[in-house]
Amino acid sequence: MNREDFPMLRQDIVYFDNGATTLKPQCVIDKMVDYYSNYTSNIHRGDYEAAIRTNKEYDGVRELVREFIKAQKESEIVFTKGSTEALNMIVFGYFKNILKKGDEVLIDKAEHASNVLPWLILQEEIGIKVSCISLDENYELTVSEVKKSISDKTKVIAISHVSNVVGDIRDVQSIGRICQEKKIYFVVDASQAVSHIPVNVVESNIDFLAFSGHKMMGPTGVGVLYGKYDLLLKMKPLEYGGGMNQFFEEDGTYELKLPPIRFEAGTPPIAEVIGLGEAIRYINQIGVEKIHEHEMKLKKYLIQEMEKIENVILYNKTSESGIVIFNLDRVFSQDTSIYLNHYHIYIRAGNHCTKMLKDDLKIKNTCRISMYVYNTKEDVDRFIEALKNSKDIFKIVI
Amino acid sequence: MNIVEDKELRREIIVDNYQHPMNRGLVEDSTYLKENTNNESCIDNLDMQLKVVNDKIEDIRFDGEACAISTSATSILIRSLIGKDVMTARKILQNYRNMIEEGEYDPELLGELVVYDELSKQPNRIKCALLPYQAICKMLNRLDES
Ligand SMILES: Cc1ncc(COP(=O)(O)O)c(C=O)c1O
Repeated sequence: MNREDFPMLRQDIVYFDNGATTLKPQCVIDKMVDYYSNYTSNIHRGDYEAAIRTNKEYDGVRELVREFIKAQKESEIVFTKGSTEALNMIVFGYFKNILKKGDEVLIDKAEHASNVLPWLILQEEIGIKVSCISLDENYELTVSEVKKSISDKTKVIAISHVSNVVGDIRDVQSIGRICQEKKIYFVVDASQAVSHIPVNVVESNIDFLAFSGHKMMGPTGVGVLYGKYDLLLKMKPLEYGGGMNQFFEEDGTYELKLPPIRFEAGTPPIAEVIGLGEAIRYINQIGVEKIHEHEMKLKKYLIQEMEKIENVILYNKTSESGIVIFNLDRVFSQDTSIYLNHYHIYIRAGNHCTKMLKDDLKIKNTCRISMYVYNTKEDVDRFIEALKNSKDIFKIVI
Repeated sequence: MNIVEDKELRREIIVDNYQHPMNRGLVEDSTYLKENTNNESCIDNLDMQLKVVNDKIEDIRFDGEACAISTSATSILIRSLIGKDVMTARKILQNYRNMIEEGEYDPELLGELVVYDELSKQPNRIKCALLPYQAICKMLNRLDES
């Protein structure tokens, strides 16, 4: 779908690395160039025309994001550098101040480094206990395992909405309900979910949510932290400076502005926020449900064709997203990706920042295909053709 | 025809050393030095062990997950270095590095390692080829210090 909107696709490539970052449509690029070419100015400070326009564009994106994730208030939307920053703000700005020694945080082995390491650091700093919810035989996270893992010490469940390796969609609505009943905080990393499936923070009772703009056709350098407003009021900023304070005096008195501005110290990524807004408009035009349907159709076809090739090992046939992880028998994943690059097919090899998953998968590194709206059946065919020729892989990679 | 000229043969040597590398698997033995080696730009990750007795390389072992180039280079390096005295080993290592980085080197000294003499044409593989080199050098340096 919509291939003509993406300048990168004028090249003769198959782009299968959308889990890492997505391509950008022309309208997003144009929107940012427009800001830089026609109304560059800082926000919240100027009285001149360009500044007024910048304010309007920048602030308008908050409402777009609110509607996009179905939050109740615009003031619950904080702009960040990306998911990583948002997750760090959640852990060190909020939980560091309210969790106590012995409190338990549940994550799982398929979590991205950005939803593991901050918790491990907090474990070291204040003595919380980080435990992993077990994954099932398809490496997926089920509600029953979540239930089983909860103890009276459990204070937080922090999981991704969609895993960036296995691609399973977690039932956040049921998990959110359990959290509500048991008074457990629910933190969701939606990096691989927004722009692939509908996300609803209220229905899923999500306390904090994080995602990145660049994985949803927006620019790099911008992301979103959603927090329930009463929680944001109790969260501490990790950065202090201009824009976020009411006043400060020589005697040390000061007052901070209210959320979300409190958490956006300094000049924010203005062009990027405006670009993110355009990406959301673009996604809304297509419809998230339609994007998901398209990915699923491609995934089914891809799996069906890959299963016909004998030296292919598939790890996540069942998951309901555009992510497929595999290896070629007795070939190191990076050799496979170097080989595919020869055919201008872009995939990713590695542990996909989920270093703990190796215990379950029993292999450290895999090849990952992650498909998106602009991928086609022809892309899949070209990839399959390359795999069929892979007997010659060493002629190409060596 | 010698191996430098025969492309097919070179590839066979590399693939063979990748699929059946020499001395894969570490040993529980405190007389070995140990070093982990990995690089940021790729996902290769190797553990290596070295045993030197009376100034002679008695054994080198490795384990880990790595691409065809680093695994095969590790295997061939191990074969080339075992049995050599430390000075000769250092000379081989330096010549190997020079070859990989397009510098001056003595092919006689490198023997089978010359299968990588054109690797510098693929700049993104240079780090892969130098991975075992780095680990072995680090262990030899540690030996010097002690
Ligand atoms: C599930 C998940 N969480 C978090 C991140 C981190 O996103 P960013 O690097 O944009 O901060 C990623 C990106 O790879 C991801 O896939």
